[in-house]
Amino acid sequence: MSIFIDENTKVMVQGITGNQGSFHANLMQQYGTNIVSGVVPGKGGGSVSGVPVFDTVGQAVESTSPDCAVVFVPAAVAADAILEEIACGVSLIVCITEGMPVLDVTRVMQVVNSTNVRLIGPNCPGLISPGRSKVGIMPSQIHLPGPVGVVSRSGTLTYEVVQALTDAGIGQSTCVGIGGDPIIGTSFVETVQMFQEDDETEAIVVIGEIGGEGEEQCADYIGKCVNKPVVGFIAGRSAPAEKRMGHAGAIVSGSTGSAEAKISAFEQVGVSVASIPTDIAKLISEVL
Amino acid sequence: MVCSADEAVAAFHEIGGRVVVKAQVLSGGRGKAGGVVLADNKVAVEEAAEKILSLEIAGYDVERLLVTEACEITKEIYLSALVDRAAGSIAVMASGEGGIDIEQVAVQSPELIVHRYVDVIAGLPPFAARDIGFKLGLDWPQVREFQIIACKIVQLLTELDASLVEINPLIVDGGGHCRAIDAKIDLDDNAIYRHPELEKFRNPEEYTFEEVEARNAGISYIKLNGNIGCMVNGAGLAMALLDVIKGQGGEPANFLDVGGGADSKQVRTAMNIILSDPSVQVILVNIFGGITRCDEVAQGVIEALGSITRKVDLVVRLVGTNEEEGLYLLKAAGISAHTSMFDAVREAVEIAS
Repeated sequence: MSIFIDENTKVMVQGITGNQGSFHANLMQQYGTNIVSGVVPGKGGGSVSGVPVFDTVGQAVESTSPDCAVVFVPAAVAADAILEEIACGVSLIVCITEGMPVLDVTRVMQVVNSTNVRLIGPNCPGLISPGRSKVGIMPSQIHLPGPVGVVSRSGTLTYEVVQALTDAGIGQSTCVGIGGDPIIGTSFVETVQMFQEDDETEAIVVIGEIGGEGEEQCADYIGKCVNKPVVGFIAGRSAPAEKRMGHAGAIVSGSTGSAEAKISAFEQVGVSVASIPTDIAKLISEVL
Repeated sequence: MVCSADEAVAAFHEIGGRVVVKAQVLSGGRGKAGGVVLADNKVAVEEAAEKILSLEIAGYDVERLLVTEACEITKEIYLSALVDRAAGSIAVMASGEGGIDIEQVAVQSPELIVHRYVDVIAGLPPFAARDIGFKLGLDWPQVREFQIIACKIVQLLTELDASLVEINPLIVDGGGHCRAIDAKIDLDDNAIYRHPELEKFRNPEEYTFEEVEARNAGISYIKLNGNIGCMVNGAGLAMALLDVIKGQGGEPANFLDVGGGADSKQVRTAMNIILSDPSVQVILVNIFGGITRCDEVAQGVIEALGSITRKVDLVVRLVGTNEEEGLYLLKAAGISAHTSMFDAVREAVEIAS
């Protein structure tokens, strides 16, 4: 089992004719992802890499019944894209788009919370179940199928860790980028819970960073409900306070969000925290 | 609003009676820092103004003062509308223990704070605002005023795409009326494109020239104090790079996330921003391509090096999407690249020390 996606997942690409949308739709297809349709208003009737393009999500859903939508549209229209997908009954939505206004995300979340829709992101690299399916922008070649579930707020930092795991011969069940924004659709806790319940996942890697309290909540959850080994990394130990470190959500503000607090929360529940990202592989090999 | 002691005295004469002289800086904690002083005569106003204008509060020189009528305060309330990160929603927070140190109240006596989630589409209904007012111990005449203020700050939050609208303190004055004595608004950079009229409120002192240039180019850049210039794709990796540099005994000159999907032009701009810091001795490029393509990065780095006028060392680590194409370009330009971030950091730290 993998979590969220597998080889049967049918994927629709919102914004498939854009620069990033077309580039990554093509890479996802090459990886074996079952891309069934694309949506761009005004471009209906065309096709990209053999994938039919529709004007509306409604048309794409009617003709191709996707299980999952991946969003590449610009930040200003991303909330509208997600709301359109929810309205048309798409149950898994992965939003790659970076830079969404935070109030747009709260409006989306209010709708998400009243439905059974699963939103991952925004501002995330997406997710990959190695050897099965990739719904995102991560470089495919660094991944290897295997028993480790990876969840992270970051994109490229995750690639760094995954590369180290793969180099050590340790494969991944699913890697989930939950996104670097202050408000995101799926939390560390929800993802770790799915890894805990996934038969194929034997150990979990949690890659956090400064800002917010998602890592602390995750540590609390791990202490109470997770019996699989968990290894962590927290970025931003050397970040100055009150400065946004690139990610809209990465800011140490007052007494909350410091790397020290997160590392200590993890260590208190028995999670080993690596001091450099690549050491994750070593820590994982010790617990597997 | 005045800029000198003389102007403060003139304002005092115009207002008459008792006034309060307040530092105008983009920071809280002004009262504690001595930036808020009551005065009821010309000499006291002059002294207060001179003293406050000489202060530095939270890193800001005080350059402007507000001189305003001093109110009789019978009750101080804290009131804010904010994006509630943990709940993924917006909320109103209020406390009858207003004035300074609301953060401490939140930690020490959370029961003194009324916290209410708000429907982000519908806004705060007046009944909910009244409920908060009564919970704060206000009487009905004040609750009537309070509910209007509370509903309006929620409306303001959503209209301005703000992440915080705070009134602290909201007071009940001698006549039993609610009055906002001080306020603070935090805006969302991601939404500022919808409100170009608010750009003018940016405090130019808060950002260096390079930080402004970077923002205009869609690059996140924060100047730090070391000599290793860093160019990274992705905020998490950029933070981790700073941590690893420090762990190896080096000092980063900056945080820089060149942004997802950066093209060669963006990379060139990033290189130039890093190079504009005279303390940079070595540039460490750490790229793990995903949405960013290694060939675009290589192209940008090569172009930037072509126009460079001072001596600076370069250490490159380049892996990920279109890695082969990128390495080929670098090789053709005589630049070798690491595949391990740790090795690249070690080389950069060695050069810099």
